[in-house]
Amino acid sequence: MITRVLDRAALLHVAVLALLFVLQFVLPDYHHVNLARVMVLASFAAGYNIVFGYAGMLSLGHAMFFGAGLYTAGLLAQYAGAGAAAGFTLAVVAGALFAALVGLLALRTTGVSFMIVTLMFAQAAYLAIHYFGDYTRSDEGFVVPGATRRLFGLALIDPATRYFAALALFAATVAVCYAVARSAFGRVLAAIRENEERTRMLGYDVFGYKLAALALSGAVSAAAGAAYAMLFGYVGAGLASIQYSIYPLLWVLMGGAATVLGPFLGTLAMFYLVDIASGFTSAYLLFVGLALIALVLFFPKGVLGALRERALPWLP
Amino acid sequence: MEGAVGAAVLALTALGLSLVFGVMRVVNVAHGEFFMLGAVIAWWVTDLLGIHPALGFLAAIAVAPAMVGIVAGLAERLVLRRLGYDPEATIVATIGLLYVIQQAALSTFGPDARPVQPPVDFRIQLPWFGWSGYKLLVVAAAAALLLGVWWVLARTRVGLMMRATQLDAETARAFAIPVDRVYGGVFAFGAMLAALGAVLVVPIQQAHYLMGHDPLLLSFIVVIIGGLGSLRGTVLAAVVIGMSDGIISVFFSPTLAKILATLLVAMVLVVRPTGLFGTRAA
Repeated sequence: MITRVLDRAALLHVAVLALLFVLQFVLPDYHHVNLARVMVLASFAAGYNIVFGYAGMLSLGHAMFFGAGLYTAGLLAQYAGAGAAAGFTLAVVAGALFAALVGLLALRTTGVSFMIVTLMFAQAAYLAIHYFGDYTRSDEGFVVPGATRRLFGLALIDPATRYFAALALFAATVAVCYAVARSAFGRVLAAIRENEERTRMLGYDVFGYKLAALALSGAVSAAAGAAYAMLFGYVGAGLASIQYSIYPLLWVLMGGAATVLGPFLGTLAMFYLVDIASGFTSAYLLFVGLALIALVLFFPKGVLGALRERALPWLP
Repeated sequence: MEGAVGAAVLALTALGLSLVFGVMRVVNVAHGEFFMLGAVIAWWVTDLLGIHPALGFLAAIAVAPAMVGIVAGLAERLVLRRLGYDPEATIVATIGLLYVIQQAALSTFGPDARPVQPPVDFRIQLPWFGWSGYKLLVVAAAAALLLGVWWVLARTRVGLMMRATQLDAETARAFAIPVDRVYGGVFAFGAMLAALGAVLVVPIQQAHYLMGHDPLLLSFIVVIIGGLGSLRGTVLAAVVIGMSDGIISVFFSPTLAKILATLLVAMVLVVRPTGLFGTRAA
């Protein structure tokens, strides 16, 4: 019985990844690029989901981890000529360390204080990008030199390679989240989300688990940031602003918190909603705002969360 | 004088945020947008009337907070109440509200900064330096308003209801205090304080659809330093931070000063989650 359930869930995720693999041969150019971008951003959202969905910690500062990856990879490429592989690896390490450092301080608070502390740290990181504007070019940003955007000899500028790289990142993220959701580690995180005091009473090191979750989340977010710099070639302070702390929250809420595929679904839906809305108004953030309010009011569990509740209890 | 004007307006804005947090336990991220809305409506009223600046300003200071109060009251009734004031859900909802108000202002008011004429135009000229009369007026008006809020809270029946709800909403309800209406009133009142601050400052600083950002961040800082839910701490912290804002940026570059201030606030929350003057747990 248990193996059957596992198979069914695993099959679904493999099928989704296979569908994404096939889609690149049929999609027109515009949607081809969009889907690659959505997969990278969905990886960021999935990283956020580990902390917000599984461990129940609402962070308002994940842009700093995305930014850590973005700037580690971007600055290394710009000033040290580092290639994609080296930049990416260092970015993931930097993201994990940065998240652990932030966690050591921020995890002393909970609830509303945790949100404000993460918000403040992210704001300080955002301002730091401006402070070192001589190197980072602040809001204007810089273009990552094309020569460094190569992975194992393949040019990431080429649309097909870029799509493959985005898909590989997304598949790896799905695998990580799937493993977390299915593991004892993930179950302890869920226990902390449901009742922190009881989990502590049962003898679990709550602080340690939360710190590990935050570090993992920071590593995944930074991986998405580094991939963004390498695949799309642009690094700017706007990508580390408060907006990019709120987007993953929105995407995860829309798709369904604590589901593996929810972040992707939410990112895809919001991306196209904003894409269509910005076609006829510059005030497209209006739709983001309305979506946030409608979601917390009517669908607090998101698309996949509601689906899991009604029809598919086995969804991880 | 710049510092005093900043401190006075900040005290009003932060007091609104602090009241809402203290009584309702709601972190209102859209607070800065109520500030912006106050300034934008003030511009709109004075522009539409096109009369003598002083009369236009008087009209603005009556109309703008009232309209902002209505918007906030509607938001409370339609969104926050239905969420049951859950702290995390309300933060997400007020982030949504922030975008909705900001973008609504962008599509109607436009992306330009627009000035409002000050109602009075005189200077108090001392032999060695002078003060703009309007700035003195702002400080005096803000001080009077703060005293008024204190009087309402400490000496009136409405204030008693608010304090009772803050202490224990459940027990207050048992004593026939209409807690829902208190919540609605407090949220609208908090927004109106922000709008008042904005109307006072708009003749000095132009109205712009993104102007709510800094007051929001500064109000957060003030409320946290002053102690979550402590009104006296809020006003004290607003005066200290408003006055010191200029002093800090004399020694450091403005960006570095902002970084240090932000980190300092984060560390205050980490080390003393109730703020420097707060007594109860948040």
